[in-house]
Amino acid sequence: MEEALPAWSLPAGAVDGISLPTEWPERVTREWAFGGADGAGVRVCVLDSGITAGHPLVDVERAVKVTVDGNEARVEKDDQGDLSGHGTACTGIVRSLAPACSLTSVRVLGGSKGSGAALIEGLRWAIDEGFAVVNMSLSTTRRQFAPSLHELADRAYFRRTMLVASAHNMPVASFPWRFSSVISVGSHEHDDPFAYYYNPRPPVEFFAHGVDVEAPWLGGGTLRVTGNSFATPHVTAICALILSKHRELTPFQLKSVLFLTARNVATA
Amino acid sequence: MSAEELRAAIAAAVLGAEEGFAALLGSVVEVARAIFGARAATIFLLDEETDELVFEAIAGEGAELVGRRLPSNTGLAGFVLVSRQPLVLEEIQNDPRFASDVAESTGYMPQGLMAVPLLYDERALGVLEVLDRPQNSSFSLSELELLALFANQAAIALDLLQRARRARAALDGEGELAAVSRLAAAAESAPREVGLPALEALADLLERVAGTE
Repeated sequence: MEEALPAWSLPAGAVDGISLPTEWPERVTREWAFGGADGAGVRVCVLDSGITAGHPLVDVERAVKVTVDGNEARVEKDDQGDLSGHGTACTGIVRSLAPACSLTSVRVLGGSKGSGAALIEGLRWAIDEGFAVVNMSLSTTRRQFAPSLHELADRAYFRRTMLVASAHNMPVASFPWRFSSVISVGSHEHDDPFAYYYNPRPPVEFFAHGVDVEAPWLGGGTLRVTGNSFATPHVTAICALILSKHRELTPFQLKSVLFLTARNVATA
Repeated sequence: MSAEELRAAIAAAVLGAEEGFAALLGSVVEVARAIFGARAATIFLLDEETDELVFEAIAGEGAELVGRRLPSNTGLAGFVLVSRQPLVLEEIQNDPRFASDVAESTGYMPQGLMAVPLLYDERALGVLEVLDRPQNSSFSLSELELLALFANQAAIALDLLQRARRARAALDGEGELAAVSRLAAAAESAPREVGLPALEALADLLERVAGTE
């Protein structure tokens, strides 16, 4: 995937070298985008509170946790698991829509101290690992973390890692959902997990199923949950479905496909 | 006004403010409970030193829990605090182990809850929870918007309460303000020929310190 040389310019003889492998249809439809797709071959990462072990609706390939001690960050197997239920729910929602994708849970939350640093280190790790999609149903309001998160979001964008982040509806600035290199997600009230809308008035770019969502929780059962946190993994899963049919899409192209197939665009 | 009177006046003002802000928090949870027709509403305050959530104000069920503490790294309120994400959960009873954990933090077994972080500037100060709004009405996003408005009000009150408490701690504690106030009191109670120059020297010192800042 890496270019031999950075493409800073395009000499006349090099045009053939950037021909696109995808045959784009005259009209991009949902059928073309992800019809029949199950997410197979796409690696998805969920940065959250971890997962509860053994839940029948939440099987993952790998579960790790990030700890930060001073300047040293460690990523190791997570034996403790989810203490809040949130990570279990978000991971389970991705699994329910993209049954064949490969899922990795990264626990970056577990207490109010050091959570911003763990979030950054978890994201850095996920980008280095080359996941195709990273779900972030969380944000930080600490401005000191914004520059690092911004830099990582841009790095992900150019390395073909799509970050999907929850917007929030409170009157404070928070990150990373406000960055244009991520897909930011809010909620709509319709009861359709595959319905999503493009918002022509950003910073929130898409709305997805986030009200009364049935999601796995800590004790092995399911709850009905509401919040942008739960709309976000719907978009993450749909990105995984699209990429399992169209592996070569860049984040820019992937976002464009989401736009073209959004309910208020495709049926307009 | 003597130094002791001055200190007493400041302490009274701080104490009065603290009581006022605590009453405001109480009023926020009462109104939140009434507007949503809920069984209870709770405000948790984050104690950054111990990394615990403290029950600061409760309306309705579980009022006896005020002052109790929970570790901030477990449970839903802790998650809402750290992730900055508001959440609504319903049919909690369908997940029995989780339901009993929740009961630990509410004093009874709720069926549904809404939780929203209390954010002021870039800090997360605590969490507002509303328990058991009527289950027969399906949840709407406008309710979440309304909850966010309450959360904003609660966050402002919580910030003022924390400031008042810090001011009192500074007056009562081992800090510099407390030392100055004790020094002034000691100088004043000393014989006049010692105390007056001491007080003047103290005033001069404070002025110079203030001038260099």
